[in-house]
Amino acid sequence: MRLRASLLRVLAMTRKEFRQLARDRLTLGFVVGIPSLQLVLFGYAINLDVRHIPTAVLDRSGSALSRQILGELEATQTFRIVAQVSSEPEAIRLIESSEVGAVVMVPPDFDRRLLRGRGAEISILADASNPTVASAVALTGQGLGQHLAARMQRYLGEGAPPGGGALRRLPGDLKGLGPRADLVHREPIRIAVLPFYNPESRTAVFIVPGLVGVILTMTMMLMTALAIVRERERGTFEFLIATPVSRIEVMLGKILPYLVVGHVQVALILALGALLFQVPLHGSLLDLGVGALPFLVAMLCMGLLISSAARTQFQATQMSFFFFLPSMLLSGFMFPFEAMPVPAQWIGEVLPLTHFLRVVRGILLKGAPIEALLAEVAAISAFAIVTLGLAVVSFRKRLG
Amino acid sequence: MSAEVVIEARGLTRRFGELVAVDAVDLSIERGEIFGCLGPNGSGKSTLMRMLLGLLAPSAGAATVLGHEIPRDAEHLRPHVGYMTQRFSLYEELGVRENLEFCAEIFGLTPRLRRARVASVLEESGLDAYRETRAAALSGGWKQRLALAASTIHTPELLVLDEPTAGVDPQSRREFWARLFEIAAAGATIFVSTHYMDEAVRCHRLCMLSAGRRVAVGTPRDLIRDLGDRVVELQLPDAERALRVLEGSPLVASTTQLGDSVHVLLASDAPPAEESARQIAEFVGAAGLANARAGVGNANLEDVFVALLSGEPIGDAPSTGGRAP
Repeated sequence: MRLRASLLRVLAMTRKEFRQLARDRLTLGFVVGIPSLQLVLFGYAINLDVRHIPTAVLDRSGSALSRQILGELEATQTFRIVAQVSSEPEAIRLIESSEVGAVVMVPPDFDRRLLRGRGAEISILADASNPTVASAVALTGQGLGQHLAARMQRYLGEGAPPGGGALRRLPGDLKGLGPRADLVHREPIRIAVLPFYNPESRTAVFIVPGLVGVILTMTMMLMTALAIVRERERGTFEFLIATPVSRIEVMLGKILPYLVVGHVQVALILALGALLFQVPLHGSLLDLGVGALPFLVAMLCMGLLISSAARTQFQATQMSFFFFLPSMLLSGFMFPFEAMPVPAQWIGEVLPLTHFLRVVRGILLKGAPIEALLAEVAAISAFAIVTLGLAVVSFRKRLG
Repeated sequence: MSAEVVIEARGLTRRFGELVAVDAVDLSIERGEIFGCLGPNGSGKSTLMRMLLGLLAPSAGAATVLGHEIPRDAEHLRPHVGYMTQRFSLYEELGVRENLEFCAEIFGLTPRLRRARVASVLEESGLDAYRETRAAALSGGWKQRLALAASTIHTPELLVLDEPTAGVDPQSRREFWARLFEIAAAGATIFVSTHYMDEAVRCHRLCMLSAGRRVAVGTPRDLIRDLGDRVVELQLPDAERALRVLEGSPLVASTTQLGDSVHVLLASDAPPAEESARQIAEFVGAAGLANARAGVGNANLEDVFVALLSGEPIGDAPSTGGRAP
């Protein structure tokens, strides 16, 4: 009998819970929306095979052969050649500002060394601040190197091109090498991959600076949203709006403390990262502070925007998830940005976290000056301004 | 009347979807008055106040408050009004003094004035002993004193209090009203809502709201007088049974049991109270209830309210409602 009564109570609770759920649209949306969003993001956008890494080429030889090999390199689909540069500093600048993830360098004496059998080397600088990119570059470079070498050996040994392939159209004088094939180095063409910035490819080095952005996204957005929604929920907002305080003053008063809190968080994460994981701090911390400012403002404005839509703190938390999840998955924090399909990259480019990750990794891991990252800072600022505008418009100093 | 009008509402209306929360309410409140707003829960008291403060846009109608057009110039009004919301609306995490200082700063008081005002409201409200206590730790009565102190920190000309004493013990309520009279005596106008009849009776004037409509306005005394001799007190051992019996009497509009007596409001078409008392005694006697004694009783505001709800006109001409927006 007591069991029966207990079961009835459980059923009563269950039924009540279902009713509440069905009547709370946002929670219902949360239950349906978040799994769908996750599925789509993970399924479509997340791809661990890095492809189409934006790549700069510094071809000092400029020969038909070097062009041939560069073409072969691009054909692997790992690289997407986006720039031709003429000097090393120029190449470094591009990799520093994250415009490219790799630089392929062909030495001026490439052909000559090959012909004299001294072994010709193409070097690829990989941005190893992102270990996934670096390992993809290493793998492809290695594979292609072996592939080229094998074909070269075969070609030189047999004296005839093995039907198709890039080396079929090798320059004529190389064919004349025939009998002296043994002079050619065992590895006639080597592709050397040089990891840049994070030579040991340690994950922590890559993750910790990114965490700065992820943690700020969550805390800044949520804290501002909650700070305002809490006032509404507790009724203090009604008292506040009946005073001469203006809505801009309320908004500023809500943002300023968290700008300070945000910088404290940055310092905390970096200090812990350096202490526990030996994450290097290469660039200027002042630059980082300046770079973090528009990002913090963007996240705080996001929080303001959420606060105008949410009635309860619970709702605010739910809403912030819908922004947080894509930020985390599409920004290049966890998964390589280059590996995402292009539409996902478009969404990623809108998200401030994507740009902030480039700023923070650029400064901390590459020692890039803030001037090299102005494009990213500008993208974040644009987002901040739009969100601020929307927040100002939607923030009402009224009830109902 | 030559007195200065502080609040002038003209056909204020607010709709929430289908619901008409406040329906074409006219009001005129004079400087220095304690003006009460009486009505059951959901009768539109809070909505009316929020509109007068410019916190809620009216669906129709307009108001002039302290000479400012509402809702258009609500921001100009803010420095001159104090508002105490129905729910405690100060910061629980802050101490008493911190809350008061925050309010003083928000209202733009100069540092010197701020110190003086905080000290004086702490003193007047008796909160001095709790100045460093977190607001969260205060009991209901003390929270309400703090809220009143906070809403008067800038010495407002107009104080709007939304059911300030709801859920507070009688002793605290009495002290609270004593403070209100002091504040009014110092020149402020007070617009206060309540659903306690004993508080309504203490107002200089009051309006009664029912389902968003203003059903009466006047001094408590006038409202009760206008009702006329309409009350009979019936004393008998079995008051509970008498309530059921009286339901069958055409003379009776409503009954209230008060211990072993029954407070009877007579129907508007009943004979004069003395005659009705006699008939009612006979009526219950005929129903088998022994030892019933009936006499003329004193009407109270509740009787006025009950009579109003049944549609009788009492006090100043009630606003007609349903007026074109």
